[in-house]
Amino acid sequence: MTQQEALFAYCLRRGDDNLILSHRLSEWCGHGPQLEEDIALTNRALDLIGQARNYLQYAGTVEGKQRSEDDLAYLRAERQFMNVKLVEMPNGDYAHTIARCFLYDAWHLPLQQALMNSDDEQLAAIAAKAVKEITYQLKTSGDWMIRFGDGTEESHRRAQAALDELWTYTGELFETDEVDAVLVKAGIVPEMGPIKAAFDAKVDAVLNEATLKRPADGFMMTGGRQGKHSEHLGFMLAEMQYLQRAYPGATW
Amino acid sequence: MSENPNNWPLWEVFIQSKRGLDHKHVGSLHAADAQMAIENARDVYTRRQEGQSIWVVPAVAISASQPDDAAMLFDPADDKTYRHPTFYQMPEGAKFI
Repeated sequence: MTQQEALFAYCLRRGDDNLILSHRLSEWCGHGPQLEEDIALTNRALDLIGQARNYLQYAGTVEGKQRSEDDLAYLRAERQFMNVKLVEMPNGDYAHTIARCFLYDAWHLPLQQALMNSDDEQLAAIAAKAVKEITYQLKTSGDWMIRFGDGTEESHRRAQAALDELWTYTGELFETDEVDAVLVKAGIVPEMGPIKAAFDAKVDAVLNEATLKRPADGFMMTGGRQGKHSEHLGFMLAEMQYLQRAYPGATW
Repeated sequence: MSENPNNWPLWEVFIQSKRGLDHKHVGSLHAADAQMAIENARDVYTRRQEGQSIWVVPAVAISASQPDDAAMLFDPADDKTYRHPTFYQMPEGAKFI
């Protein structure tokens, strides 16, 4: 695998994680439990789509086949998406949505902080812009985990159930393969070890304050990075890509 | 404060647009506590670079004058134009008075 191929794959992974999570969160638009939360989640979705655009634009440049961010977002099929399964899971209840955000943010922040030191100037610049947004996202999702966990019996039960269900999807966040190996060697992306340590420390601290139990590491889902997804992604893409599929090249 | 006990309390939001300027009232929102009120205010009222500092105040902590008292409170100032500093000569070169 050449460095260019690895960099293209890496940008797709980062872009797809953000794009798919952003779309999931946008499904809450108009349905939030409070007006204020509705706007906060939509803001979060917009932050993520901004980050996704940066990565997909760069992926198109690296690939050098004239594919735009829109081509990559709207004209790829399910098996060509490289996101982790965690982000394509349906939203569930609000505790479930927030727990997913929290697990994602707790991984995303240390990863992007490390990427600020990338030898690839573009990746470093994308990360520098994203880190402020993600710092706030992690703060609010962590605050909510504490409110749910240390709140009522019902909110605690729902938050714990969400964590238990989502935990098996966290393994994928830390998987590494040839793509990572090539880029780590070139000083373009960070080693995953310190990212995992930062994730563990943050998750333990928040769950401890939230009086929630960290699920045991057991069986972990895999396959997303190879384009093997759950049954949920196809339905989501059908909706997300409908307009460009039905009216190719439509703009407004 | 609220008919529905499940509703969060109301907070009044004040945003400072620039360092040195005053915090201006911009609206209100619901939140369970002060921390959540600040986070919600950030998301509701500062999305378009409106501010660099946020104050939130529980709406119940604000005491307001009664509309019925407006005549008594404010009308007597109507014919006392001498209270405006418009009868003074402006010093040469003075700005921002």
